[in-house]
Amino acid sequence: MPSVTDDLFRALADPTRRALLERLLREGELNVRALTEHAGVSQPAVSKHLGVLRQAGLVLERPEGRVVHYRAEPQGLAPLMDWMRFYAVFWDERMDRLESLLNRMDQ
Amino acid sequence: MNTPSTRAVVVERRLPHSLDKVWRALTQGPLLESWLMANDFQPVVGHRFTFRMPPMPGWNGVTDCEVLSVVPHEELSYTWNASGDEAADGLKTVVKWTLEQQADAVLVRMEQSGFRPQDQRNEMGARYGWERNLGQLEAVVARMA
Repeated sequence: MPSVTDDLFRALADPTRRALLERLLREGELNVRALTEHAGVSQPAVSKHLGVLRQAGLVLERPEGRVVHYRAEPQGLAPLMDWMRFYAVFWDERMDRLESLLNRMDQ
Repeated sequence: MNTPSTRAVVVERRLPHSLDKVWRALTQGPLLESWLMANDFQPVVGHRFTFRMPPMPGWNGVTDCEVLSVVPHEELSYTWNASGDEAADGLKTVVKWTLEQQADAVLVRMEQSGFRPQDQRNEMGARYGWERNLGQLEAVVARMA
């Protein structure tokens, strides 16, 4: 059964697309021409890759006249979040804070 | 709450403080906020509340909760679920605190249970064989946050 997650993994499986996404995450909003400069592939190819990223919910577009600006949508990465690893670290760090609060409560 | 297909995160600490003090830190809203998160918690079974953090990539920062059990100085549990748009496919877990008086300390145990396979990135990453690259992507996202 295809799902949002399948689209996401398919979109991220390609190194060119990952590089485009990482650049948008790093640099903010860019148009196709700017993105093509370091992509190592043609402008139509970059447009096609951006279409796949957009389909997967990883990239948003903003048309302005004849130019389309693209930016990353970090929320699109939500299904990739490793919640167990996140919470293992989170609770350990919060327990440190609990301990320090209890020490302050003594005074 | 753990069915065979789900997993739990467990953290234990021995805290050299009184049972009463530890219980208050776990159950009084302002104290809870000072070490855990902003909240509207009340130690009443059935009470619905939220924990709130600044949003981060992949998370709106809000956790939806409902108090499941309150046994003063012994046990406290609540649901710990994704909220809003993220609720449908998101995290559905239970956080359970148990306190045990020891000679000169309290053993505090936190168990967050109910993580499903889809809550763990690794399995899916292995399936698609690109896990190695995700680390770089995560590093970029982390720098943004």
